[in-house]
Amino acid sequence: MTADQIVFIIVALVTLGAGVMVVTTRNLVHAALWLVATLFGVAVTYALLHANFLAVVQVVVYIGAIAILFIFAVMLTRKDMRDQGPQMNRNWWLGALLAVATFGGLFFLLQGWNGMSKTAAVYPSGFDAVAELGNALTSPAGYVLPFEVASVLLVAALVGAVYVAFNPRNGDSRK
Amino acid sequence: MSFWNDPLKVAADWLMGIFTGWGMPELLAQILIGFLGVFILIALLMVVDILLVWVERKVVARFQDRIGPNRLGPFGLIQPFADIIKLLIKEDITPAGADKVVYNIAPMLSMMSVLILWAVVPLAPTMLGVDLNIGVLYIIAAGAIGTLSIIMGGWSSNNKFALIGAFRQVAVMVSFEIPMLATLLIPTILAGSMGTAAIVEGQSIWYVLLSPLGALIFLVAAIAELGRSPFDMAEGESELVSGYNIEYSGMKFGMFYAGELLHAFTFGGFLAIMFFGGYRFFGLEKVSPFLAIAVLLFKAFIGYWIIMWVKYTLMRIRIDHMLGFNWKFLTPLAFALIIVTGLMNALLADFRTPETMWIYVLGMFLSNLLLGWGALEIARSYSRRERARVEAPKPVVETAHH
Repeated sequence: MTADQIVFIIVALVTLGAGVMVVTTRNLVHAALWLVATLFGVAVTYALLHANFLAVVQVVVYIGAIAILFIFAVMLTRKDMRDQGPQMNRNWWLGALLAVATFGGLFFLLQGWNGMSKTAAVYPSGFDAVAELGNALTSPAGYVLPFEVASVLLVAALVGAVYVAFNPRNGDSRK
Repeated sequence: MSFWNDPLKVAADWLMGIFTGWGMPELLAQILIGFLGVFILIALLMVVDILLVWVERKVVARFQDRIGPNRLGPFGLIQPFADIIKLLIKEDITPAGADKVVYNIAPMLSMMSVLILWAVVPLAPTMLGVDLNIGVLYIIAAGAIGTLSIIMGGWSSNNKFALIGAFRQVAVMVSFEIPMLATLLIPTILAGSMGTAAIVEGQSIWYVLLSPLGALIFLVAAIAELGRSPFDMAEGESELVSGYNIEYSGMKFGMFYAGELLHAFTFGGFLAIMFFGGYRFFGLEKVSPFLAIAVLLFKAFIGYWIIMWVKYTLMRIRIDHMLGFNWKFLTPLAFALIIVTGLMNALLADFRTPETMWIYVLGMFLSNLLLGWGALEIARSYSRRERARVEAPKPVVETAHH
């Protein structure tokens, strides 16, 4: 085993363990913090794959914004941080079935893929992955259309959120 | 290749020779040297941090027309060491009902979020932790971990004041992250790279001349990100006692405090790196890397001094004003600035030759000035309307008075 593989196995185990803790811990803030650990593990996995940009964006977006938002939402909506009710609802078997089916399907697909045993290609010197990504996202031949459609979707979500929060009786959202 | 030209490489080669001489495999020796480098950098930063306590206390004293620490040693230089001994031997209290693990992790994360910033600080042309091609985003990501540490500390203390302080501080940090990231994109546009080393290398003309408005917005956003006055909502001594770190005592409080000071110094450094040429100073950096480090530290201290100057001069702003200022003024302005900078940079691209450089610089400078003036005019007319609305006589109240 190479050093990379050992590091990967440790990171993967930590990420999975943290992921299990997210759904099993009773304290909601702890669950959110375990989620942060999980997301951080994913960021480290990206970094191990030399996808620096994705790794850092993962930290900025998921830990810096989304996880903080989760923590805020939990703290502002709950009086008691401990979850008292049962941790499963009656659809648990459906969820388990889906999880097993997804895992089995992916396992089956990856069995026939020969990329598992290959070593990753080394970047040629002077290769700038971030520049390549930026060109791909903005060139008409690349992904400019999906990129813009995603932006429109986000703007639509923003407008929707403002509409929900808008109080038509007073004419504005201020009290 | 002598020690004076490239000290890091010479030292690393020397250590490598020793370690492999002991029969250590090359890979292990490399890892060990890497760890040693990180250890030495952090140790030096902590020593600087101790001195920062003294600097901060001396400077605030001058602003408040006092002398400051002057009893222990020459100019009170031993005072910070006495402070640290005090912090270390203080009783370590964990409040009842605190979430112990989270409570203890928070100060470490706070310090860590500052120390990891130094991985991308180019100290000299040959001295840089890692030349990340996404250095600018990395700075924001480190800030995200700082935000997390504050909310962890505030929540786990089991104290209402701490929680309110943490909420306010996180609201400010999450909001001001956006203009900060936007202004960090301006050196990125000008240098054509997100890497800090490339940004410094690109500054044969300091970017503050090309984008004075960008430097100003970055400074404002950095002060808010640091949670320093006039944005020190988290502390708010008059209403929150001390904010998110109220329950911390001894060295755990010390970690927050030292982290804050080092953070301010670090952002002084980033102001220098992004807009004031980093380690460059009229070719001085080419003489010796040691001179380059001295130049960078000098500029970082000037940035730190400006941050302190603002802190001890201005009073605290109300939280709704602060967030309104960010979302309604600073963020739109920063985005407009990105658009203007990108456009002007593309339009004036032909003038980037040595002979016509002055046209390029003047064009960039004037476009910034124009945008800043326009934004101020809009803000002024808005505040005039708002003042008229607030000051307008309210009939019901008026008749009740008479």
